[in-house]
Amino acid sequence: MSVVDHNAIELAPRISEADVADYFALLKPRVMSLVVFTALVGLVIAPGHVHPVLAITALLCIAVGAGASGALNMALEGDIDALMSRTANRPIPRGRITSPEAMAFGMTLAFFSVLTLGILVNWIAGSLLAFTIFFYVVVYTMWLKRRTAQNIVIGGAAGSLPPVVAWAAATGSLSVEPLLLFLIIFFWTPPLALFRSDDYARAGVPMLPVVAGPDATRLQILLYTIVLVAVAAAPWPLGYFDAIYGIASLILGAGMLALAINVYRRRARAESLRATRKLFAFSILYLFALFATLALEVAFRAIAPTIW
Amino acid sequence: MADRPEPDGIVLTEAQKRSRRRRSIAIALALGVLVVLFFAVTLVKGPAVLNRPL
Repeated sequence: MSVVDHNAIELAPRISEADVADYFALLKPRVMSLVVFTALVGLVIAPGHVHPVLAITALLCIAVGAGASGALNMALEGDIDALMSRTANRPIPRGRITSPEAMAFGMTLAFFSVLTLGILVNWIAGSLLAFTIFFYVVVYTMWLKRRTAQNIVIGGAAGSLPPVVAWAAATGSLSVEPLLLFLIIFFWTPPLALFRSDDYARAGVPMLPVVAGPDATRLQILLYTIVLVAVAAAPWPLGYFDAIYGIASLILGAGMLALAINVYRRRARAESLRATRKLFAFSILYLFALFATLALEVAFRAIAPTIW
Repeated sequence: MADRPEPDGIVLTEAQKRSRRRRSIAIALALGVLVVLFFAVTLVKGPAVLNRPL
């Protein structure tokens, strides 16, 4: 009919049909569950009494802060996510949510989680949470991810901080113990994450297997696992955590080491894939079991005097 | 002038209205949780929740 009508259609704003579930998916709920678990352990092992309401507030803020990081990460990586089968189903590549919408959502959650943690609990924890979000979004996603193959190693620091934030929330200060938890998660991340390659190659992200080849990656996975086992066992002889934790860390560490050696030795494609999957599955169990042992040991030590 | 029809503007489809309503409810619930949280912590820490050294 007329040019005016045609333009009106072209300029009509895009109206969202995104559901609550799409926004929930932006929070990376599976990553969030691990963050909440490690933060809970940080709270449990912190000395002194924390009021349950403050503990729940801290966990909620840390969870929402982690979710905000996930949403901001997805807002910035819609182009990469669309190219990889693992991430093609995320809300942005599927066209359910636009990048600016995810950005606004993530910024809002980040703002409120940091502010709430700072006002209601303490500002050391609030500042650490802000730093965690900054590190994940700016240092890892915007700066390192597309530039260096060490992206996941350095970026892992963001995922390692939640127990430190939780400890700060409980005590209002920092100490060696939360830093030990930080180091354990920090060295646990590379063996888990280094071997994702096919998809990343297509998306042009410089992951280690793409840049340095699978053999160099296998060696690094083995080396990081050796450091991880040593770092996880060290708190026992150093006197920070007790014998139950120490023995559990050695047994679990032996399992990790055996599987990492398996990954290093098996180089035929099908065998290598199976070995990597086994290490991946076990490493999640490893961290869960290690942290659960630590939390149970501390809880037991607290309850024991009242029983005997 | 008076008999000119009102412009339609943007008319939302049923699906758009439904998803908007669900998102609105989720935002309302989140705000409710925030209010309850501030109330509960104020009870725990006393009325001086905002009045303390940083």
